[in-house]
Amino acid sequence: MEAVIALSIGVLFASGVWLILRPRTFQVIIGLLLISYAVNLFIFIMGRLSVNQPPLALQAGTDTNLFADPVTQALVLTAIVIGFATTALYLVLLLTSRGLSGTDHVDGREPSA
Amino acid sequence: MLLLVLILIPFIGCIRAALQPSSERSREAWLAAAVGLIGLAILAFQFPQISQGEVLRYQIDWMPAYGLNLVLRMDGLAWLFSLLIVGIFLLVVLYARYYMSPQDPVPRFYAFLLAFMGAMLGVVLSGNLVQLVLFWELTSLSSFLLIGYWHHRSDARRGARMAFTVTASGGLCLLAGVLMLGHVAGSYDLDVVLAAGDTLRAHAWYRPVLLLIALGALTKSAQFPFHFWLPHAMAAPTPVSAYLHSATMVKAGIFLLMRLWPVLSGTPEWTWLIGGAGVATLMLASFIAIFQHDLKGLLAYSTISHLGLITALLGMGTPLAMVAAIFHTLNHATFKASLFMAAGIIDHESGTRDMRQLRGLRHLMPITATLAIVASAAMAGVPFLNGFLSKEMFFAETLLVGSSSNYWMAFAAVVMGIFSVAYSLRFIYVFFGRPASDLPRTPHEPPRWMRFPVEVLVVLCLAVGMMPALSVGPLLQLGAQAVLGEQLPHYDLAVWHGVNLPLVMSFITLTGGVLLYAVLRRRFNLAQSSRPPLLHRINGQRLYESLMLGLRSGASQLEKLLGTRRLQPQLVLLVSVCLAAGVAAAISLPSVWTAAHSTPLDLPFALLWLLGCVCAVAAAWQAKYHRLSALALAGGAGLVVCLTFLLLSAPDLALTQLMVETVTTVLILLGLRWLPPRQPQLAPSPRSARTARLRRSRDLLLAILSGLAMAAISYLVLMLPAAPGISQFFLEQAVPQGGGTNVVNVLLVDFRGFDTLGEISVLAIVALTVYGLLRRFRPAAESMALPPQQTNPADPAARQIPEEQVNGGYLLVPGVYLRVLLPMIMVCALYFFMRGHNMPGGGFVAGLLFSVGIILQYLLAGTQWVESRMHLHPHRWLALGLLAALATGAGAVLAGYPFLTSHTAHLELPLFGMLHVPSAFVFDLGVFGVVVGATLLILTALAHQSSRAHRLAHANDDTPHQEEP
Repeated sequence: MEAVIALSIGVLFASGVWLILRPRTFQVIIGLLLISYAVNLFIFIMGRLSVNQPPLALQAGTDTNLFADPVTQALVLTAIVIGFATTALYLVLLLTSRGLSGTDHVDGREPSA
Repeated sequence: MLLLVLILIPFIGCIRAALQPSSERSREAWLAAAVGLIGLAILAFQFPQISQGEVLRYQIDWMPAYGLNLVLRMDGLAWLFSLLIVGIFLLVVLYARYYMSPQDPVPRFYAFLLAFMGAMLGVVLSGNLVQLVLFWELTSLSSFLLIGYWHHRSDARRGARMAFTVTASGGLCLLAGVLMLGHVAGSYDLDVVLAAGDTLRAHAWYRPVLLLIALGALTKSAQFPFHFWLPHAMAAPTPVSAYLHSATMVKAGIFLLMRLWPVLSGTPEWTWLIGGAGVATLMLASFIAIFQHDLKGLLAYSTISHLGLITALLGMGTPLAMVAAIFHTLNHATFKASLFMAAGIIDHESGTRDMRQLRGLRHLMPITATLAIVASAAMAGVPFLNGFLSKEMFFAETLLVGSSSNYWMAFAAVVMGIFSVAYSLRFIYVFFGRPASDLPRTPHEPPRWMRFPVEVLVVLCLAVGMMPALSVGPLLQLGAQAVLGEQLPHYDLAVWHGVNLPLVMSFITLTGGVLLYAVLRRRFNLAQSSRPPLLHRINGQRLYESLMLGLRSGASQLEKLLGTRRLQPQLVLLVSVCLAAGVAAAISLPSVWTAAHSTPLDLPFALLWLLGCVCAVAAAWQAKYHRLSALALAGGAGLVVCLTFLLLSAPDLALTQLMVETVTTVLILLGLRWLPPRQPQLAPSPRSARTARLRRSRDLLLAILSGLAMAAISYLVLMLPAAPGISQFFLEQAVPQGGGTNVVNVLLVDFRGFDTLGEISVLAIVALTVYGLLRRFRPAAESMALPPQQTNPADPAARQIPEEQVNGGYLLVPGVYLRVLLPMIMVCALYFFMRGHNMPGGGFVAGLLFSVGIILQYLLAGTQWVESRMHLHPHRWLALGLLAALATGAGAVLAGYPFLTSHTAHLELPLFGMLHVPSAFVFDLGVFGVVVGATLLILTALAHQSSRAHRLAHANDDTPHQEEP
């Protein structure tokens, strides 16, 4: 399990890094999406892996070691929603830049080849 | 307490003055005068205490642990300087009332002047060294603003910039010096520092501390080699020159040297550095002053030379020299301020300050002429005037310091005296001769009250000169006592000490000066020569200009070398640095590669992630030419992430991720329409193909390395046992304190509610930004036409508007069931919302679900159909949501609890049974509102673009020759 999820984070992150180094704005937005998946997972696993132990339905006196870490979950939940907001902002920026400059290159102009 | 008032009223007056309408001239002056009078009253009230030798202190603790407090401290020296600052301020205000022209924005002038006075009082009253530096920089700043007051003039702007650069750089040196001094002394408190003189002088840091503080003081007091800024500062209005650049601000450096005299002086280094700078300055500046043609220029160089004299006195380091320095500071302030005012009057009434044109003013303005002649005589050191007394003390000290064998110092003093007599004569000469007829205006006496300040100051010169012991004696005693304490020497303020060596020196200087002036005038055509002989090559200003130029070109060179505006190299750099930093940090970590904590491998999970990884890599592969598939593939990876959350005990995350995934996909789909079509390049040149291949290999390597690093760190973390964190606390306290069994939700809306409040604010801001950006959106010309898929003639739907497609076209079936689904989705959202505190759900999930329900209707029937039936007002959702969240927090504050404290109530309702209503519920309602508002605002703003683009496209079809709107 650990190896699988670690490798997967690596693959997601590598794909994202590759994409944000590309010259077209759409590639960058997809790259940011993938990086945010990888980073969210990364933060999430800081609470270690636990199967079938959601931090729910606690009763007083229950052994708290039986539950998954709620802190990383709360952090990631806000991160997901903020991620949506930044994606939206980036998308609108890239559209505006495209409308103003007539190109979808990240620098706002085609490279002088 | 009175000290605090003394410091604060100038600043209050400054704000008050700045708010006055610019047409008010007298009211401004009255306001400033009132501030000055209050200050004077406070000083008078404190005189009895100060004269008893008391030190008044007022302290407000700010960061006591770091020794940073607001300390106001008034001893004799500070009192004396405060008197100088406030007294001359009053005279200058009166003078400026008549000097400033009606066209000038007077409120700004008085506001700056008041701010300067406050800053200057702050410098002299500071009981904490760091605080002193702060006020010190404030004086530099207000001086900058005042020199640049006539900012339409380029010389004013340049002079202001130069003065600020020099004095503020000095201020930075001073700050460093003061910090080191405070470190050595163990405190920044002035009383402690003043007692630590012996410690400092023996410390290894003594030389750097002395050098840094001296740099601060010498730049401020315009000492060689930093003297060049002062003549350029004369571009300021004359009241400013009289106040800042002769009487007060330039004396700040002197004040600092006096203040720290007990700590720093008494070493050969002090004498060489301070005394050397002083002597060099007084010789150089008094010589250059003779050759000025501008009245104010002459006065500026003369000021520099007199400051040099005071600095030289301080450098000698004997107690008697200190007394003389304080005495000369007072004398110089009186005669020089009056001379500046007189020069201003001449300028004001005749329209020029050029001494080559001015002649015979004695006949046209007899009273002003008399006053100015008396003041210049004081400057020259004529007996029975105050300048004579302090200069005599200076001569006596120069004789003393060189002992009986070394007369160089005394010689320098005599030479400087001769020069100063010569330039005083040069100044006086404008009043003699035949009246000039070629002046821009015919001069006459100024208004009565404009001359009054000059009269006051000249009377003071006379009073001090004739009855020194009666007039200035007690004040001088106060100041000297404060600095010297036990060391206070016996001195005798009298006009006549009998015939002695200093008197002979005075006599030599007077006759020598007259002779020098006569010779220069006859032989060397002084009236017309354009530059001082010999010394014009020593040009600090040119040095400054070339230094500034070098800095600027160096910076642009560096920027060209190191900077780029292109995003890709920046990102490459960013990723590389992060990678390197991570690797460097990882080297020191323990390597745990044993599978000690491994959870047994779950085959479906591994397969799931195989799929996820394939999706991610494929998305990366396809994102350039196949945007739609890349989006779908990225969404696939997102779904795998979502399932992972579900499996790994995070149902809330899974729900949120699923909804966000949906909304994001819709969002990007809406945006895809406006991106340019991308065709594969046909035949790139071999060279560019090679560089492109190189670039891609580099990026690929970087990506793979980052991925590996990320995987390695993740694995490493997972192998290490979890450190005991704060999670246990939340798990234990969620029910007793938060009143909910879903710990994640309790965390979000209760324990970490403030964080969530910040987050929904960000969400609202982003939504409004998106809305604002899209209001001004101009789609590119080629993406305005309908896409080919929608105009295919073979498709019957192409001729229908979306509404017709739903109500009778090919979307009839989905139309029916999606409309049936709408209320169900709403109920679902409500359900998730209500149970959020105890079970997976909550405001975020419910809000997203609610938005998805509405967006589905948009997708189905188009914006027009939906919006003609539903009025959504996403802005109001945003506002109400934020208000609800804030109101929850404010409610807790009103009830006496910390912000956002939660309270739980259980309501017994018929039909529903027991209802669990925590106040966090209202907060969650706020979250819900903001999420719905933000999502809908962003998506509908994007969706509206296509209907707008159609209108634009149609408008273009109708009038093909018009410019694109």
